[in-house]
Amino acid sequence: MKPGSIAIVGAAETDRVGVLPEHSALNLNVEAARNALHDAGLTPADIDGIAGTGFSPGEVAEALGIRTRWVDSTSVGGCSYFLHVRHAAAAITAGMASAVLITHGESGRSRVGEPGLNFSPSSGMGQFEMPYGTAGFVTMFTVPALRFMKEFGVTHEQLAGVAVAQRKWAHPNERAFRRDLITVEDVLASKTIAYPFHQAECCVVTDGGGALIVTSAERAADLPSRPVYILGTGESTTHSMVSQMEDFTSSRAFRDSSADAFREAGVGPADIDHLMVYDAFAHVPLYGLQDLGFVKPGEAAAFVAEGNTEPGGVLPMNTNGGGLSYTHTGMYGMFAIQEAVRQVRGTAAVPVPDVELSFAQGVGGMFSTAASLVLAAERP
Amino acid sequence: MPKTKFLPKPTPETQPFWDAAARGELHIQRCATTGRFFFHPRPCSPFVFDGEVEWVKVSGDATLHSYNINHRPAWGFEDETPYAIAVVELAEGPRMMTNIVGIDNTPENLVLDMPLKVGFQDRDGVVVPVFAPAEVTA
Repeated sequence: MKPGSIAIVGAAETDRVGVLPEHSALNLNVEAARNALHDAGLTPADIDGIAGTGFSPGEVAEALGIRTRWVDSTSVGGCSYFLHVRHAAAAITAGMASAVLITHGESGRSRVGEPGLNFSPSSGMGQFEMPYGTAGFVTMFTVPALRFMKEFGVTHEQLAGVAVAQRKWAHPNERAFRRDLITVEDVLASKTIAYPFHQAECCVVTDGGGALIVTSAERAADLPSRPVYILGTGESTTHSMVSQMEDFTSSRAFRDSSADAFREAGVGPADIDHLMVYDAFAHVPLYGLQDLGFVKPGEAAAFVAEGNTEPGGVLPMNTNGGGLSYTHTGMYGMFAIQEAVRQVRGTAAVPVPDVELSFAQGVGGMFSTAASLVLAAERP
Repeated sequence: MPKTKFLPKPTPETQPFWDAAARGELHIQRCATTGRFFFHPRPCSPFVFDGEVEWVKVSGDATLHSYNINHRPAWGFEDETPYAIAVVELAEGPRMMTNIVGIDNTPENLVLDMPLKVGFQDRDGVVVPVFAPAEVTA
């Protein structure tokens, strides 16, 4: 893909995110898709490719009456939508599709019409992790954190500081699930979920959806919406079980996917104006800052504690409030991309001034898969 | 009715691990070409393409690599909550998830890199490896 030759021309979330028991997961996909089509000034007749996970993309295509000639249901956890964007860019470049709709809708809190996850007792996780009392992602994704903290001298106060910094972004954002300003002391006094993680250091659990429309830059020029150009992308997968992550202090998938995205875009961390790092739990942005090269190994916790990622900081990060405060339906990646698009377009609830380049980093499973996008306001 | 702990269901590739555990032994695989150990069980060497693999009884010595202490119990863990979900590093190199027994699962007691020794727990007829502080079982 030539940097900037593919663009996101439609981007929208469901009308509301949060607690939506009146919506099925399918309806969340469909509502988000309709909103994204309106945003792009397109109709289902203009779409010929569809992607999604959690829900069968066929069910979404059927609901909207889309006639498809390209399908991607890559399912690698919460960053799947990052891969869908990358694969859509490749497909459009190759002439396999002209306009791709990517949808997410998940009734993660209310569990209405939600297919959900099912782990087999003969899977790797079923044999070698679940017998030890794992109970959902919070009990697995958090396992590497104490090693990270020991190796880099990260304090409990600094881990809490990630939640504090992101809450400052969520506070003015009326769509955010958690908005009250908090202190490090508040975080440490909140309920322990899985030591060393307190409730405020764990993502919210919500219902919601989002959708994207990807097409060529040439087509984008004829559409009413403001295009966001894709400069670089990357993806990588390394393992399945968290216990088998090769290095508990660094994600190889983060390093590899981000390096590919930077290389393709022809830019580096110093060029980036705005950063999203998928934050299911408070330690993940610390890995992201280091593994993506924004700071050196061991510097991330202090970098956040010093306020660099907060409103007014040198590297605004997770500016919707992130999974910790904004919303987290289960596969949050779609919302990280949505916020990156909004910041590049200048339409975010809490806008960062003059975002030319945004970097979005997704994670799937327990550091198992990663994907990266470099998004730009102008076509290079 | 009380829920019981989640039990593993072996596959042909993993059966030797579970058979050994049932005898109170920890067996893992190593690459026959390089001698390098690996976990979890699989049908091929991750180090040498087409390389042979072999099952070996290992020492059961390990260190505590990382953990969390879970306050929201999985089924069957209600009476021992909070409990640590730990990853240990075996003396032979590979890491595996486990529970830590023989010691209260508190942050003060569970110090990273502390030496551990394998033990075995029978859970409804399925024996799973667990680890205890080395001095407890010595």
